[in-house]
Formats: sequence, C-alpha cells, structure tokens
Amino acid sequence: MVNQLWSVVEAPLELSIKAPFNSSRFCQCAVLSYNLKLRNKQSAPYNLGPMPPPDEVYTKYHGAVENRHKVGDPTMIMTLLMLTRRLLHAFLLILAVLVLNFLLIHLVPGDLAEIIAGKTGGATEKIMTGIKKTDGLDEPVYVQLGLYLKKASQGDLGQSVFYNVPVLELVSGRAGPTILLVATALLFAIFMGTMLGVLASHNSNGILSGLVTVVSAIGYSVPVFWAGIMLIVLFAWVYPLFPISDMYDITKSGGFFGRAVDILYHLVLPALTLGFVYLAQYARLTRASMLEVLGSDYIRTARGKGASDIRIYRHHALRNAVLPVVTMTGIQFGSIISAAVLVETVFRWPGLGTLALESILVRDYPTVFGVLFFTSLLVISAKLITELVNWLVDPRVRTGG
Amino acid sequence: MAVVDSSRQVIQSQSPWREVARAFRQSWAGVCGLAILILVILFTCTGPFFYPVDPFEIVWAPLTPPGTFIQAPLGTDFLGRDILAGLVHSGPATLVVGLLAGIITVTISLLVGTVAGYYDGVIGKILMRVTEFFQVLPALVFAMVLITLFTPTFYNVALIIGIVSWPTMACLTRAEVLRVRKLEYVIAARSIGAGNRWIIWRVILPNALAPLIVAATLTIGFAILFESGLSFLGLGDPNVLSWGQMIGAGREYMFDGWWVVTLPGGMIFLTVLGFSLVGDGLNSAFNPKRRER
Repeated sequence: MVNQLWSVVEAPLELSIKAPFNSSRFCQCAVLSYNLKLRNKQSAPYNLGPMPPPDEVYTKYHGAVENRHKVGDPTMIMTLLMLTRRLLHAFLLILAVLVLNFLLIHLVPGDLAEIIAGKTGGATEKIMTGIKKTDGLDEPVYVQLGLYLKKASQGDLGQSVFYNVPVLELVSGRAGPTILLVATALLFAIFMGTMLGVLASHNSNGILSGLVTVVSAIGYSVPVFWAGIMLIVLFAWVYPLFPISDMYDITKSGGFFGRAVDILYHLVLPALTLGFVYLAQYARLTRASMLEVLGSDYIRTARGKGASDIRIYRHHALRNAVLPVVTMTGIQFGSIISAAVLVETVFRWPGLGTLALESILVRDYPTVFGVLFFTSLLVISAKLITELVNWLVDPRVRTGG
Repeated sequence: MAVVDSSRQVIQSQSPWREVARAFRQSWAGVCGLAILILVILFTCTGPFFYPVDPFEIVWAPLTPPGTFIQAPLGTDFLGRDILAGLVHSGPATLVVGLLAGIITVTISLLVGTVAGYYDGVIGKILMRVTEFFQVLPALVFAMVLITLFTPTFYNVALIIGIVSWPTMACLTRAEVLRVRKLEYVIAARSIGAGNRWIIWRVILPNALAPLIVAATLTIGFAILFESGLSFLGLGDPNVLSWGQMIGAGREYMFDGWWVVTLPGGMIFLTVLGFSLVGDGLNSAFNPKRRER
C-alpha cells in the first residue's frame, strides 16, 4: 500500500493524473489536487513556476503589447495574409467557372450567332453580322474568351433569349428566394440537428440515439422531391394548414409586415422538406463527434475537476463537436443547392432552380449558363464563409497545426 | 493454412474477408439492407416474367385506386395504365443507370484520388485544384446544363452523373492514400526495390480498400437518387421508363390519386435505403473499433 502511494507521487505529473482514474470521483479529485499542490511546491522537474501573465507571453512571441490589433501586428498580418489568400483563391475559382461557361457555350449545337439572335427567324443578314461583330465571333477563340471575360467583369452575361432582359437582372432577381430558402432550411437543419445529436449523445444506447440512427438512414436515402410531394399530399389532404405552392398569395394585400408574414407562411413546407434531409445528416454527424469528444482526455479532466454535465457540454464538448458540422456545410453546399433546385420545382418556388428548368425547356442558353455561374458563385461564397468561421472558432486552424 | 499453437491445438486461421463477412452478418443494418436489396432486385428482374403486362397499355379507367380492380392491383395512373407494370418495367433501367453511373464515378474518383494522393507534389496539387473546381459547381445544375448540350440517351445520362459527382469520393480516396502511403510497410516495399505502380496496386490500394468499398456502395445509392431527380425534372432519357419519370409525369395528378406518385417514390426510397444500410453494415464490419460496440 505504501509502495503504491509512493509510486503515484514519484511518477511524472501526467501519468499520476491518469493512473488512478478507474477509482471513484472523490479519489480522482483528491489525487488531482494533491498533484497540483505538488506541482507548485516541489522542486524540479515538476515545478514549472507560476504562469506568466498573458501580456508577457504576447511580448515574448509577437512584439510590443501596445501594437496588438493594430496594423503591423504579426497576428494581424497573418490574418490579412490568410484573408487575401482565401479571396484570391475564390477569385481564381470564379474565373475558372467563367472559362468553363465560355467553353460550354461553344459546345451548344448550332451556329452561335443564331443562338444569340434567338432563332427567331426574323433576324436579317445585317443583324447577324452585327452580332458577329459585337461578340467577336469571327475572331480566334482566345480573343473571344478575352471579350467574354471583359464583358462578364462588367456584369454583362448576355441577353436572355426567352425573357428578353439581361441575364444578370433575371438571375439576380431570382437569387433572393433561393438564398432565403436555403438559408432558412440550413439554419433549421443545423440548429435542430446539433441539438438532436447532442441530446442523443448523452446516452449512446437510448431511445433518442435510436431515433437519430433511423431518421438519418431515412434522410440519407429519401428522394428530396418525393419527400416534398409526400408533405404536399399530407398537408393538402389531411391537414390543410400550409400553402403548398408559390412564394406569396397575390390576392392578399398588406403592408411590408403582412407580406413578410405571407412569405414566411409559404416558406414553411419547402424549408421543412429541404431542412429535413440535412437535419438527419447533421444529427448523425454531431452525435458521432460528440461521442468522440466526450471520450477524450480533456473531458475526463474536466469531470475529474468536478464540472457539471451542463458545464462540460456547453464549455468543452459542444464547441468541438459543432466544428465538423460547419465544415460539412461548406463542403456540401453544392449538393444543398442541387436539392434546393428539386424542392423549388416541387413547390413552384420562384428561385434559381425553377428558372434553370424553365430556361432549359425553352432552350434559353444564356440564362442557363447564367444560373450555372450564379449558383457556383453562391457555393464559392458559402465555402469562403465557412472557412472564415472555422478560422475564427478553431485556434488549430489559425496556428496551422 | 493451419497454425499450430503452443498447446498443440490446430487453429483454423481466418481470412480477413471471412471475418468481415461474419461481422457483416452480425450487424443489424447490413443484414436488413441486403435483404431489402435482394427483394428489390428480385422484384425488378423476375417481375416481367410473373407479371407480363405492358406498362404502356391502357388497362382500365384512369386513376383507379389500388385494390379496387383485381387486374391492376396497385391501381392505374392518369391515363389508365397499370402502375404495378410500370413499377416492374422501370426498375431495371433505374438500377442499371444507377449502377453504371456509380461505376463511372468510382473509377474517376479512384484514378484522380490515387494519383493525387501518391504523387503528392505538383501533380497532386493540380489534381486537387481541379477537384475543388468540380466541387464548386452544383452537381444537379451542372448535370442539367450538360444534358441540354448533349442528347439525354441512357448511357449519356449515366456518364453525365459520373462526371458530375466524382469529387467527394476522390477527396476520400486521396485522404486514404495519403494515410496509407506513410505507413511502414510501404517504406519497406520501397526499400526492397518495388516500383511505383507495384506499390500502388499491390500495397496501397488493398490497404485503403475498406473505406472505399463503403463509399462506393453509398455512391451507387446516390447515383440512383440523382438519376431519379433528373428523370423527375423530365431531363432523363424520354424513351426509357424509370421510377423518377413516373413521379414527374404523375405529379400533376397527385391530388386525384396519391398512389401515382407515392408508389414509385417508395421504390426509389427502398432501393437507396438498401444501399445505404449495406454501406452502414460494411462500415461497421470493416472497422474493428465499431465492431466491438
């Protein structure tokens, strides 16, 4: 017995904290506090001395404290460098999408000038040569590419053949509803998903855990458009609670407030459909990462110090468990937009998805390419935002280790 | 091969595959998924022999509810065509397109991921940039654009789904190859003078296989979902019956007859559920950590 006790005292700090963890919580706390006393009292190599104040640490590694958060501050410079790198990256991606768009336009079957003229049949020879001249269609390909990029940088993505308005105007008018739908669905999915995942992780064999498993299996494999149709059938037949198509009711009048309420009312079913699929995935992801985090050493240390469950969840576990969800959202954003296209079609939501389908059916190529460009732009910006959030929340990303 | 241990008892050595199969049989999800898949495949493959009704033939009054007319047990659609015949005859097309698209996706992503992971220098960086670029394009919108440019035949649709959806699995493959490449047996293989190609085929890929098989299973399910989404929008091959197309065509009549849209969607759901459950079961079978739970 005495020998055992001495072995605990003599062992290095980390080992002695770890060793008695199979014993009761009281014993853990006692050994821990004893070790901490030891650390402050005893001589080398365990006595690390009092912790230096943060400012001194800062000065040692970064420079004068007065310059903190000012231009020229090393951490600030790192931030700016990172920001510029990310922005440059995003810019290059946008450029690549534009080049792809240009190449795809040249793959369109038929004469390009004829497509731009809209195959109306009414275009005279003079109009055709005019189009060829303004778009440089007689020039070599790289000159045309330069012209296309120059036009795109000025916000000119061409003229819609079917609607006869500039593509940019058409597309940006339809982007708002899509962004509203996707943002609402994502907020709902992330909030409810993480909550469900956290609650399920509390008991890895409980009812909620089983529910998360079943719901995520359904969410992974249900066709999103079919889920929408099932909701419509349910809500139109059994409980006629929510409107099942369009974005607002034209017969209803009212001020700004009434209109907003009307739009939210119409938003319920599409957002629920889109949100459900991702809710299932996020709940499963959160549960898995929570279980992993809860089994880690620092949570055991926190428990050993006697922290309550709520404190452990809120201060230690949740922050680490939510990070994968944020990363996942950034990676998946393209597929979220894809699912939104289907949901929009089902609910006749006037967004980019319905615009894409309408313009494909009438062979309105400039609009189709405009939608492709704009949705890619949405994905790129979502990626940028999640990278920034990760960078702000996770110090490991910041230090690059 | 038999191994004799110290107590002179003959111990049958287990092949890893047999062990995986045993673990798979113990996983609840995997067995359920396999059962669902076998049922769906049996239904679609043997269905035309047991139920030889032409899916395009008008057999009874339009929108007959299921169970009211004995010769069309699952009811009729908006033209009076037999729903059960439609389900049976459009199954093979959906499954084959999904399988084909899945194989194309897996091939592209294995190729890109392995090369990018093994040649981690300039080539790998360039390939990762390309992957990232494809990840930025929303898969469905990109596929819609490609389909308008090329005629949507059966094989084109599969090819387009493959072209559009490879990046996710390519990233996974690269991560796996990067992980395995640093292990000691790869260094050992190199030290006995093995060439790059031999190391990739004989050392790295077999050891990175487990998560890739799981991902491939899920990819096939995803491809089926993708195909049904495209057919639902009316952008699939118009000459081939598929479940998604049945939903898309019957969508206008969903208030007059819920069965017209519910039943094909249920088939898609069951099939994809089967694939994802099998993936789940394989995952827990391959992963010794999860096997213990």
